Amino acid sequence: MAITILPFGPQHPALAEPEHFRFKVDGEVIVDVEVKIGYLHRGMEKLMSTKTYVQNIYMSERICGICNVAHTTCYVQTVESLAGLEVPKRAQFLRVVVNELARIHSHLLIIGLAAHEVGFETMFMWIWRDRELVMRLMEELTGNRLMSAYNTIGGVRRDVDEKVISALKKACTTLRESFLQIRKVFLEDPLIRTRFVNVGLLKSRDAIARSAVGPVARGSGIKTDVRADDPYQAYKDIPINVVTYKECDSWARMMVRVDEIFECLRLIEEALENLPSGEVRIPVSRKMPEGEAIGRVEAPRGELLYHIISKGGEKPYRIKIRTPTFSNLYPIVATFIGETIADIPVILISIDPCFCCTDRMEFVDVNSGKVWYMSTSEIKRKYWR
Amino acid sequence: MAIGSYALERLLRWARAKSPWLLHLNAGACCNGCDIELVAALTPFYDVERFGIKLVGSPRHADILAIVGGVNKQMEERVRRIYNQMPEPKVVIAIGTCSVDGGAFNGAYNVVGGVDKIIPVDVYVPGCPPRPEAIIHGVYLALRKLYGGDFLGKKR
Ligand code: SF4
Repeated sequence: MAITILPFGPQHPALAEPEHFRFKVDGEVIVDVEVKIGYLHRGMEKLMSTKTYVQNIYMSERICGICNVAHTTCYVQTVESLAGLEVPKRAQFLRVVVNELARIHSHLLIIGLAAHEVGFETMFMWIWRDRELVMRLMEELTGNRLMSAYNTIGGVRRDVDEKVISALKKACTTLRESFLQIRKVFLEDPLIRTRFVNVGLLKSRDAIARSAVGPVARGSGIKTDVRADDPYQAYKDIPINVVTYKECDSWARMMVRVDEIFECLRLIEEALENLPSGEVRIPVSRKMPEGEAIGRVEAPRGELLYHIISKGGEKPYRIKIRTPTFSNLYPIVATFIGETIADIPVILISIDPCFCCTDRMEFVDVNSGKVWYMSTSEIKRKYWR
Repeated sequence: MAIGSYALERLLRWARAKSPWLLHLNAGACCNGCDIELVAALTPFYDVERFGIKLVGSPRHADILAIVGGVNKQMEERVRRIYNQMPEPKVVIAIGTCSVDGGAFNGAYNVVGGVDKIIPVDVYVPGCPPRPEAIIHGVYLALRKLYGGDFLGKKR
C-alpha cells in the first residue's frame, strides 16, 4: 500500500526538542520506558545570564517558538515583580488577549497534529486553515506572526485601535463556528474515538504523584490552572472556568484542549469588551535592584515558572526556567506501560510535547535482549496499515 | 556516456525540478518557530505542494535539505551524516537567522553556529522566523538551482 508522507516524518517538522525514548517490549506490549533528553540543549539559562534584562525578553521568546508569548509574559512578569513595578491596567488586559490568542494557536497546532497522527488528513488541513486566521490576527495585533516580543518590561509595545478590536471580535465569531464543527468530530467520529479513547490512561492519583501539569493533569480530572489558582495580569478581573475531564485517557487530554479554545475565545471577547483606557507602557530603568523573584503563568502546555536572581545592575545573575513538557514527561512514562507499540505516537501527541523524532526510538525485547530502532513514521507504516 | 545526450539531460532536469522531495531537519539550536512556519508553508494557505514538493522522512530520498536552526554540538555529526547520505544533485536551504549564522544563540557554549560551518549551503532565508512567503521564495531559488536556470514564469 502506498504511503503518503506528510509534514510529520522522523525529522518532525512541528515538534522540536528531540527526545530519546527507550522502550522495552514483550512482543507488541510495552513493559518499560526510559527517556533521555538533551538533544536540543542550547545553554539558554547560561546565555541569558550574559545578556541584559531587555535583551532577555527576546531570548526568552526564543526558548520555544510555539509558546513564545507565555515565555515573555512570564519573564517580564518576574522582572516586574523584582523591580516592584505596577503595570498599567490596559496593558494587563492586552496581555491576556495576546496570551489567549497564542493559546488558541498552540492548541490548534496540536489538535491538528493529533488528527494527522491518526491519519485524519482532512481534519489536519481544516485546523491548519483556521490556525492561519489566528496567525493573521496575531500579526494585526502585534506586528509579527510568531516572534513579536509584544510584552515588554513595564507593559506592551503597541496599543490597539478600534479597527483591530473589531477585527478580533469578528474573527472570534467565525472561529467559534468552525471550532464547534471540530468539537463535534472529536466527540463523535469513530476514527478519533477508537484511536484515542482508553489509550494511555493516567489516573488522577498518578497524575498528582508524578506532578503532571496543564491539560495533562486536567484530562485526569485535576482542577489545576495557574490562571485560576494564582491569577496574574488581568485574569484577576476576568475569572476563568477550568475545563476538566474525568476519563483520564488521551481523548480526555485532547478534549480539554478543544474545550479550552472556546474558553480562550470568551476571554478574548471579555478582555476587549472591558478594555480600560490609558497608558499601555510605563518607562522602566535598565538597571534592576538586588533581589530574587519568582513568576508563573499558565502556558498552553501547563505551568511555566521563572526564577530570577539579581545582584543589581543591568544583567541578571541567574535565571532558572521550569517548562511544562519537562514536568509532563515523567507522568507520561507511566502511561506507556501495558500499551502496544502502535499507540506510542498517539500517547506522545496527547501530552503535546515539544519533541522531535530525529533520534529514533529504541526497542529492547525482554525475552531475547534484542535491541532495534524505529521512528514514529516507521511505527505507523508497520503497525497501522 | 551515451545516455548523456542533451535531450535526456534536459528531461532529467525538468523531472527533478518538477517533483523535488524535501527533507526537513532540525539542527538543534532552534526554537521551532521556523519549524512551524515551514509546516504552515505546506498547509492550505500557502501550499508548496503546488510545486510538486513532497516531504520525505529519509535523507536517501531527498533532493532538497531544509535545515532550520543553528547547529549544536549534539547534532553536528548527524547533520554531516544526513548531508552525506543524500544523493546528488542536492540543494541545501538554511531557513531562519539561526541556521544562517547562529542567530540569537550565538555565544552559547553548546552551539557551533550557522549550518554553513558544517556543510555547504545554497540558499539562505533570513528572518526570525521567516514568513512562509519567504520560505516559498527560498524553495523557488533552490528549484532554480536544481534545474540549472530559470524555469518558472518563463515562456519557452
Ligand atoms: S531563526 Fe528565530 S524563529 Fe527560527 S529557529 Fe531561530 S530563533 Fe527560532
